[in-house]
Amino acid sequence: MSKRLADWTRGEQAITYQTCTACGHVQYFHRAFCATCGASDSREQRASGKGRVYATSLVCRAATPETRAHVPYNILLVDCAEGFRMMAHGENDLAIGDDVIAGFKPFAGKLVPFFTKRK
Amino acid sequence: MSFITGVGLTSFGKHEGSSSLDLMSKAAQAALDDAGLKRAEIDGILCGYSTVSPHIMLATVFAEHFGIRPAYAHAVQVGGATGLAMTMLAHHLVDAGVARNVLVVAGENRLTGQSRDASIQALAQVGHPDYEVPLGATIPAYYGLVATRYMHEYGVTEQDLAEFAVLMRAHACTHPGAQFHDPIEVADVMASKPVAMPLKLLDCCPVSDGGAAFVISRERTGEAGVRIRGCAQAHTHQHVTAAPALSELGAEISIARAREATGLAISDIRYAAIYDSFTITLAMLLEDLGLAARGEAAARVRAGHFGRDGAMPLNTHGGLLSYGHCGVGGAMAHLVEAHLQMTGRAANRQVRDASIALLHGDGGVLSSHVSMFLERVR
Repeated sequence: MSKRLADWTRGEQAITYQTCTACGHVQYFHRAFCATCGASDSREQRASGKGRVYATSLVCRAATPETRAHVPYNILLVDCAEGFRMMAHGENDLAIGDDVIAGFKPFAGKLVPFFTKRK
Repeated sequence: MSFITGVGLTSFGKHEGSSSLDLMSKAAQAALDDAGLKRAEIDGILCGYSTVSPHIMLATVFAEHFGIRPAYAHAVQVGGATGLAMTMLAHHLVDAGVARNVLVVAGENRLTGQSRDASIQALAQVGHPDYEVPLGATIPAYYGLVATRYMHEYGVTEQDLAEFAVLMRAHACTHPGAQFHDPIEVADVMASKPVAMPLKLLDCCPVSDGGAAFVISRERTGEAGVRIRGCAQAHTHQHVTAAPALSELGAEISIARAREATGLAISDIRYAAIYDSFTITLAMLLEDLGLAARGEAAARVRAGHFGRDGAMPLNTHGGLLSYGHCGVGGAMAHLVEAHLQMTGRAANRQVRDASIALLHGDGGVLSSHVSMFLERVR
């Protein structure tokens, strides 16, 4: 397996995903194997950042001083164009079904994906 | 064959100065007394976890503290489904002859033993440590995501969800042990502080101190018999990001398995004890389990269907939403109440007929499910 690509969870402005070369399964949470068939040669790629909003929840009550500084912030589940679902932040007025594109924003000392409406 | 021979439940709310072990012991003693059993007759112990006092061997910590030397003991961790998962395991243990009387116990001083922020943070860790938790998501946010999607797909409104909070509060008002006794209306839920939209403060269960325990036995110890007719589980994911479509969630799978194991149908159920961490949880589970058609659970609440005198009395103690939620013991209160109802001991809350009860627990973010049928035997 090739070296792991850096993504936003490691401070890089990127969203990555894996495609199994054996069965074609697409997965977002990085693993050394395909969670469907167990094959170990998944292909890792950067995603386009394009997607559609699956669900939203505007967080108004945070539990740490660092996150409290950001309320309200909108947590999203986004169905990405490449066939995986991810959690991210986004504009507060996004609605289910909106076509969106990823950017990145600092949040509580880290970099997080932030989706805006695609024009 | 297995019977629930005794149940014990503390009041929920503030128990200043009580440790998790204190609350577990109090509930366990009540369950033993109810079963008419002595410590020496308990040969199995299953216990939940405590976020306030985490320990890698909580079952033996408790056993030593309480004064039991069991032949079988360990802790179980399946989030909110832990109580019913332990009961299911106890059922199989006594049925297989591994133990004769298994004490199932949990308790936690979650309200007074740590700050609310600490509780919220501890629970948020059911999220993915790399892909979810750094986003500042909380348990209400995970369920808020599920809620907006469910509302979108099935036309459920925030007012609909509020009905479940109102119902659970009305039930709690009739139970002296409940954390909340002030009646609320839909407008109060709608006006309560936003937590993680669409969930507002009164859509969320509280943080509580409390404890609950039962004894699962091979033989009946008293006149009142409550038998575990059968149970099943389903686990489809851990993280909400990896959850299947709303139509493929675990509750539907576990209830189908439990129905197959028991030969019972939804129409046989006379009392329902359903996990209700949030209003959306209760609404979805009722519909997933087949106790209401899709998008119609709220209408059934409004029609009185789930009230004490309705066709399907539900969580007559007030549920997690208003009796309270002390962690593992929280959902165990549902079973205690079902047992009291089935044995005709629910006082002013007594329903007409609780001959067959359905219990359902959910852990994580609709991740882990346990469905269980209890049957009264004479």
